[in-house]
Amino acid sequence: MSEYKRPNSEIEFDDNFAQKKPLMNATEAHFESSKCLFCYDAPCIQACPTGIDIPLFIKQINSGNLTGSARTIFESNWLGNACGKVCPTSELCEGACVFNHQDLPPIQIGRLQNFASFDAIKNNKNLFTPGAANGRKVAIIGSGGAGIACACELRTMGYEVDIYEAKSKPSGLTLHGIAAYKITNQEVEDEINYLKNQLGLNFICDHAIVSKEQLTKLEQEYDAIFLGVGIGATAQIGLSGEDKANVIGAVEFIEELRMKHHRLTVPKRVLVIGGGNTAMDAASQSARLGAASVVLAYRRSKEDMGAYSFEYKFAISAGVDSIFNAQPVEIVGDDTATGVQFIKTQTVNGKLENIVGSEYTVDADLVIKATGQAKQKHFLNLIEDIELDSKSRIVVNEKSFQCTNPKYFAGGDAVNGGAEIVNAAYEGKMAAHGIENWLNED
Amino acid sequence: MPNLNINFAGIKAPNPFWLASAPPTNSGYQVMKAFDAGWGGAVWKTLGVPVINVSSRYGAMNYRGSRMAGFNNIELITDRPLADNLKEIEEVKKYFPDHAVIASLMVETKEEWYQIIKDVENAGADGIELNFGCPHGMCERGMGSAVGQEPAVLQTIVEWVMEIANIPVITKLTPNISHIVDPGLAAARGGTNAISLINTIKSIIGIDLDTYAPYPVVDGKGTNGGYCGPAVKPIALEMVKELTQHPEIKNIPVSGIGGIETWRDAVEFILLGAESVQVCTAVMHYGFGIVREMKAGLEQFMIDKGYETIYDFKGKALPNVTEWKHLNLKHKVVASIDSDKCIGCDLCYIACDDGAHQAIRIPEANGNRIPEIIEENCVGCNLCSLVCPVEECITMEQRDDGNQHLSWSDRSLADNIPTTFDDDRAGGKHHFVPTVEDALKHRKGKE
Repeated sequence: MSEYKRPNSEIEFDDNFAQKKPLMNATEAHFESSKCLFCYDAPCIQACPTGIDIPLFIKQINSGNLTGSARTIFESNWLGNACGKVCPTSELCEGACVFNHQDLPPIQIGRLQNFASFDAIKNNKNLFTPGAANGRKVAIIGSGGAGIACACELRTMGYEVDIYEAKSKPSGLTLHGIAAYKITNQEVEDEINYLKNQLGLNFICDHAIVSKEQLTKLEQEYDAIFLGVGIGATAQIGLSGEDKANVIGAVEFIEELRMKHHRLTVPKRVLVIGGGNTAMDAASQSARLGAASVVLAYRRSKEDMGAYSFEYKFAISAGVDSIFNAQPVEIVGDDTATGVQFIKTQTVNGKLENIVGSEYTVDADLVIKATGQAKQKHFLNLIEDIELDSKSRIVVNEKSFQCTNPKYFAGGDAVNGGAEIVNAAYEGKMAAHGIENWLNED
Repeated sequence: MPNLNINFAGIKAPNPFWLASAPPTNSGYQVMKAFDAGWGGAVWKTLGVPVINVSSRYGAMNYRGSRMAGFNNIELITDRPLADNLKEIEEVKKYFPDHAVIASLMVETKEEWYQIIKDVENAGADGIELNFGCPHGMCERGMGSAVGQEPAVLQTIVEWVMEIANIPVITKLTPNISHIVDPGLAAARGGTNAISLINTIKSIIGIDLDTYAPYPVVDGKGTNGGYCGPAVKPIALEMVKELTQHPEIKNIPVSGIGGIETWRDAVEFILLGAESVQVCTAVMHYGFGIVREMKAGLEQFMIDKGYETIYDFKGKALPNVTEWKHLNLKHKVVASIDSDKCIGCDLCYIACDDGAHQAIRIPEANGNRIPEIIEENCVGCNLCSLVCPVEECITMEQRDDGNQHLSWSDRSLADNIPTTFDDDRAGGKHHFVPTVEDALKHRKGKE
């Protein structure tokens, strides 16, 4: 049973979607930063995909150099504030903190990071300046984490950068695809504006690149093109009844929630299909929107779920129920779905098998599919000589992030198939250096 | 239950925990509250000549998460009227006849000393403490540390006091001197009944990085203060030992002062020969209630060790505090890391490699961050065990059999000491030193 009442105002919404990692105050930051051991060759740095010098920025907080602390963070990761809030830190830096080996709580690295980065953003501290213009131009397609990181890094090297964004606001999934209790819209926009003001990022929004002609034009006008196009809408799973109106994709649900907040309503009974982190977010947020019952259904066992266990626990703590070994057979109902018929499964010799005759139906007023996103295969095939792997991910050089078509570079979900923002931030930054090295080759 | 009573040079107190002469003993109100909280005695904030205090008086040295690891002040002696203080001393003694009330005094001329001693005796004080220590303000007027730093002057004033005083006299010394025995001897030769030390250490606690003035800032300027608090304890312990081991001074009772905050600190002072301890900073930080921990800890220590009175263990560490030349050169300890407890912070590795003797490695083959001691390089310096954040993870293990003893002194007497830098008998001659290549290999990997 969900414990949340339906939020009827922004205040009630903020209450139900209270930030999981709230901003520290100065006292908490002081004491927390005091605890850092300043490990040699620190495991937290190694665990951070962007390799932020974490002990250094923590020491800088403790010694009263908050500006320098923010610089340390942003120098490694252009989305330092967003990553502090949305990174699965317990799996990354905080998971690597040596205190875990003494069964002590790890240093709250994510929140300390936000303490420093938020201060820089709030006070608009000027930490970076564009490099002297080098006469080169790069087009970036997609303004998500990868695109922004690539753009910022290129700007510091003197590139002219245009960022093409299909939606009306930059930021990609950081704004549209993250659970609302992880980061607020305002925070996302503030960080982008902060970077934009310092580095002169040129966002061209409401400008989807979808055609061969557009790509050809970009190829003519720019020295290089970076693809930060992410992955697409929720994929069809080929389930009978999938086209009913009250069957929606998790990605679309989360985006609508981020845009509408309390103005988005959910019916009484919500059923979420899937076992990944997106499924957990969709379920948890449905509960927080006041659904009376939210059920997570996953076709394999609990242990096989792709979601981090902390995400699952967080969903359960919001009042979400879960059923495992439940393979959806069809979505039932006439014009609108009234439920999903499942069949029980078991794993035999490593293979998932349906148990004959075990069908049952779970009633639902809304079915959310968190069963994976379609890739941008159709779009990517418009680019000549660009190689995709069997999962439609763009094949790139692992250091330069250059595509098989050398004019193109890529990073983020389109390359890694769907990972964290911190991975996108790293890949976009590396691609910027890949572009620089490639253009300097001849 | 152990008996905590002391008879300190004739001053009796229910326990050795006294408040030092300082802001916590500025009034009868405070001293009475303190006695009710469990303190055994109080040295009244120094009475003497009229003064005017400044606003903004204290500064702190914070260490990471800890407030007031060190503390300094530029406050002068009491600025309250002498008559009020005397009246309050009388009242306190009326309510607390068994507690020790000691009047700290600081005046200039012989006549002034005579007068004020009579005054405090008449008020019922159990003893007198001569403030020859304050390193700020009063010393500019020829009092406080200005006296403590001139043994001849100090001795003269002690002699004046001893001529007239009918109650025990404690001489309080300043640490702002290169050899504490000099004023200690002067006090002894002047006939003092007891000695207390240390007063505060001349200090600048810090600089305001915006106004470029030292803390505590008084209208854009500052002055040196007197430093105290937990950070000064090691200096105080050493100075106490200098006196309690000295043949001409060792029979004079010593009250130890300097950075005492826990029972453990107090026991350390007593083990070095102190008979009472005086506390200020801990009370200014936590209030009088901090004595609960001190008393309970002292009692537990005495129960655990089987001591009935303070005098059973007073000075018990003194025989073991010797000169370097008498230390056993045959004694050998090496570090040992408990790999089950190690959390892999590798502070021991980098501390040893950068800061000591290159005797720890992180074996890459193991695939973890657990460091290893290179025993042939380990000189047994303790550094790794000091930086290790895990309780009892790095221990120092004895490697000699304990049967051999040879000190520098022994070797000197046997005419067997190294005399040149490349003498084979020198200690560091065969010690492991990494090569130039070893140093340069750390350059890579910084991309």
